[in-house]
Amino acid sequence: MSEVVLHIPPKFEYLALVRALVSSTAGLDPHIVPHRIDDIRLAVSEATTNAIEAQISDGCFDPIRVRCALVDGQVIIDVLDKGVGFDPTDLVPHPPVTDPQRLEFERGLGIPLMRRLMDEHEISPTSSGTSVRMVVYTPPPDA
Amino acid sequence: MINPAFSYAEQSGWSILGVSGEVDMATAPRLRQRVIAITASGVTQLVLDLEECDFLDSTALGVIVGALKRLRTNEGHLRVVCTQTGLLKLFDLTGLNNVLDIHGSLDSALGPVLPAPGTV
Repeated sequence: MSEVVLHIPPKFEYLALVRALVSSTAGLDPHIVPHRIDDIRLAVSEATTNAIEAQISDGCFDPIRVRCALVDGQVIIDVLDKGVGFDPTDLVPHPPVTDPQRLEFERGLGIPLMRRLMDEHEISPTSSGTSVRMVVYTPPPDA
Repeated sequence: MINPAFSYAEQSGWSILGVSGEVDMATAPRLRQRVIAITASGVTQLVLDLEECDFLDSTALGVIVGALKRLRTNEGHLRVVCTQTGLLKLFDLTGLNNVLDIHGSLDSALGPVLPAPGTV
């Protein structure tokens, strides 16, 4: 296994750095395809955005930890924050796109996007915040 | 931060806002400000050209949805120029491909607005 760990201040200006580092690391997986790297790039950006927002709302200035690990057949991304936690089941589902009320929802797409982009997506409370683990499977082509 | 850059032009009765670079939570406010300024000036036909845009997150999508809402409030129109598979996938995953008027070229997006079926 190889891994890269990044600790960033809870500031949105660091999102581009997180995307660049994590997508570059994921690209080192010998079996990953380009569109899956794009999926990881977006998903890690969404997760890190949520982590930063959580810490900002809690007034916490501790670093946010972002880890990207390459394990046989998997790329694993962890985002750990020390902000106020939340219950993913509290998310308000968006109306169907055919409903005019859909235009009233300008936020709230991040978690549904992560769930669709990643092969695994788990949000877990920790003793001091929230941990998000995302996994992309990268089996060899003949698997 | 890979700052987004914006361009503005007017052609064939449409205002064209070009976006290049990455739009995320850090930089989406700048896009929002541009859209608000354009719509506040009375523009009712806006083309958002994303051909040079490298990245959009859900915050950026919210800005685009807000732009659509703002224009529709004034009986206006928003068209999006986008051929990048990554961004088109994002619109598809969120269902926004069914809400946004997405075109494969600027020429296509600058076409006339046709009356809705059943209207005079």
